[in-house]
Amino acid sequence: MSIDENTLYPLNGIRSILEKLPHVEALGITAIELNRGSCLFQVEYAPHLVGNLETGVLHGGVITTLMDSAGGAAAFSVVPVGASIATLDLRIDYLKPAEPGKSILGYAECYRQTRHVAFVKGHAYHDSPNDPIAHFVASFMVGSVGFAPDAQQ
Amino acid sequence: MHNSETSLFEKIMKLKAAGEFPAISDLIPYSAFVGFELDSDEQGLLTILRAKPSNIGNTTIPAVHGGVVGAMLEHAGVMHIIHECDIARFPKIINISVDYLRPCIGNQDTFARGYLIKQGRSVSNVRVEAWQSDPQRPVAAAHAHFMMG
Repeated sequence: MSIDENTLYPLNGIRSILEKLPHVEALGITAIELNRGSCLFQVEYAPHLVGNLETGVLHGGVITTLMDSAGGAAAFSVVPVGASIATLDLRIDYLKPAEPGKSILGYAECYRQTRHVAFVKGHAYHDSPNDPIAHFVASFMVGSVGFAPDAQQ
Repeated sequence: MHNSETSLFEKIMKLKAAGEFPAISDLIPYSAFVGFELDSDEQGLLTILRAKPSNIGNTTIPAVHGGVVGAMLEHAGVMHIIHECDIARFPKIINISVDYLRPCIGNQDTFARGYLIKQGRSVSNVRVEAWQSDPQRPVAAAHAHFMMG
């Protein structure tokens, strides 16, 4: 992975632009940590995000959105300035139900990057990454179509 | 709001028997939040994601957030099982794989249909496709496993 900061998107820029995307804002997803190649996002529990009224468990789509956002941020953190990112595919394994009332953390890291593809994996958890709610793996196209932080300005 | 688990399931089964699928979606808070609707026609169940500015995840195109597209495919999958299968409990998702095929344009409605690939005693495999203006040009597709028993 490149270590020349000048050729990469500034981390603070990635964070502020991603957190302001309409659906990221609507879900209340925030970036807890953003590093080169990895990041930690969080979504707060909210009643309107519930998928099962009786158990109060959040809808699986909330985890999908948290992990897709975190994965996208991890990919953005390692691609050259000017490059865009588009999710090519993702997979979520639901390991155990999320607990009602608790916020969910989503960790993602880019473990391999080629000129055209960023390979990302991660997990969602409440308190400890050793006790995950879900596993996540995704690949992102790196190119000229899709979303780029620059296009915001 | 917190009745026993059977009562929500029974409510859903009653709505299914009456063919009132649109009302099932309303029992799920997240569905209303992102704008999922259900309709049934001669081809079976149709899941609809209404265009909503708050679902945008890519302001360049603008396009629907990939997470919402994934959520829609998961929702369409579980609703398809409820529609097609004789079930004794709510199907529980095990995993889902989503392929993003084309941009899901933010100011257009999105439609999805499920296909039951295999109904097993304990696990079912469902394929789901989503499209916007042309069913022949899907914007996303998924396959998912659900625990049935």
